[in-house]
Amino acid sequence: MPAIMEILISAFIILGGVFGLVGSFGLVKLRDTMQRLHGPTKATTLGIGCALIASMLYFFSTGGAVSFHELLITLFLFLTAPIAANFIAKTYIIRNIDRSELPASGREYGWSVYDDSPALRREE
Amino acid sequence: MIRRLIPHPLLSITLAFVWLGLVNTVTLGNLLLGTVLGLVVPIITAPYWPNRAKLSRPLIVVRYVLLVLWDIVVANVQVAWIILFKRSTDFRSRWITIPLELTSPEAITVLAGTITMTPGTVSAMLGADGRSILVHCLHTDDPDYERDRIKQRYERPLKEIFE
Amino acid sequence: MISIALMFAFACFGLGLLFCLWRITVGPDVSDRILALDTMVINLIALLVLYGIWKGTAVYFEASMLVAMVGFVSTVAYCRFVLRGDIIE
Repeated sequence: MPAIMEILISAFIILGGVFGLVGSFGLVKLRDTMQRLHGPTKATTLGIGCALIASMLYFFSTGGAVSFHELLITLFLFLTAPIAANFIAKTYIIRNIDRSELPASGREYGWSVYDDSPALRREE
Repeated sequence: MIRRLIPHPLLSITLAFVWLGLVNTVTLGNLLLGTVLGLVVPIITAPYWPNRAKLSRPLIVVRYVLLVLWDIVVANVQVAWIILFKRSTDFRSRWITIPLELTSPEAITVLAGTITMTPGTVSAMLGADGRSILVHCLHTDDPDYERDRIKQRYERPLKEIFE
Repeated sequence: MISIALMFAFACFGLGLLFCLWRITVGPDVSDRILALDTMVINLIALLVLYGIWKGTAVYFEASMLVAMVGFVSTVAYCRFVLRGDIIE
């Protein structure tokens, strides 16, 4: 394997490790659940993205074939991370936050956790 | 006829490519199997797609994807910096409301995902009528600036893509 | 050089797993625990991928892909259970 490839792969692996560690560290350091949500959704996702790029480069330089698995895993994680974060935020809000603590939605209907949707309201 | 056989051409192509990626070797058999999957799955799942998203302007789509990828990298460095070097008592986290001009559910989904993956913001909830979105900022001094930035940077291209 | 980098990354993600474990035990809310479990799954996938490089085989990709899917579905299931008291209505 050429030296430049080796340096590149090592750099991606180390970068991935650092970002993953920072994301998990945020989970310990930050004081509020909503703040904690920021660490894992961003830092950890990029950390694993770096690790997957490193793995792709490694198998490309040893086997010579491009592997699509890493791309699929990265894509899957990047698509699902926001959805999981949204669900967790909703869980937190419904259990811990009173509607008066949130800013107004600025529309006719309030936030979806507290208010019925227009379709439901019409049924009543 | 073609419309009935291939109700969702984009989904068909994506499915075929994902199948090829999963088996990781491009042979004639796998290509055939991928094509069959791409044809059959959209027909079976058609009831779950009552209204199809129309994607126009592929060039803007590519530009938007690149913009978001770049912003994800920037976001990570920023958030990592805040987590590591800011005292947690100095955080000024707050909620902001973003009124939406987008109407199609697909566009709003993409916008919410983008907000979560980009600098210092997590989208938490939609309004009951789906016309405003609640966003949590990790650290901001100027909520109005954040709101305008999201509207300018992400909502405008999405409006062009989906509507 | 790659093996040193791998050792470093193993240590990082392992430490990350410990942080998550701490958050799971301390809480204080259910949503914190769900978030910590979700992060644990992501760290686990990273460890699996790196282990694949360490061993030089590609068989661990299927495993990490399955872990990714199960992790996402379980996160959503936990949240739905807390939100609605029911997973499939």
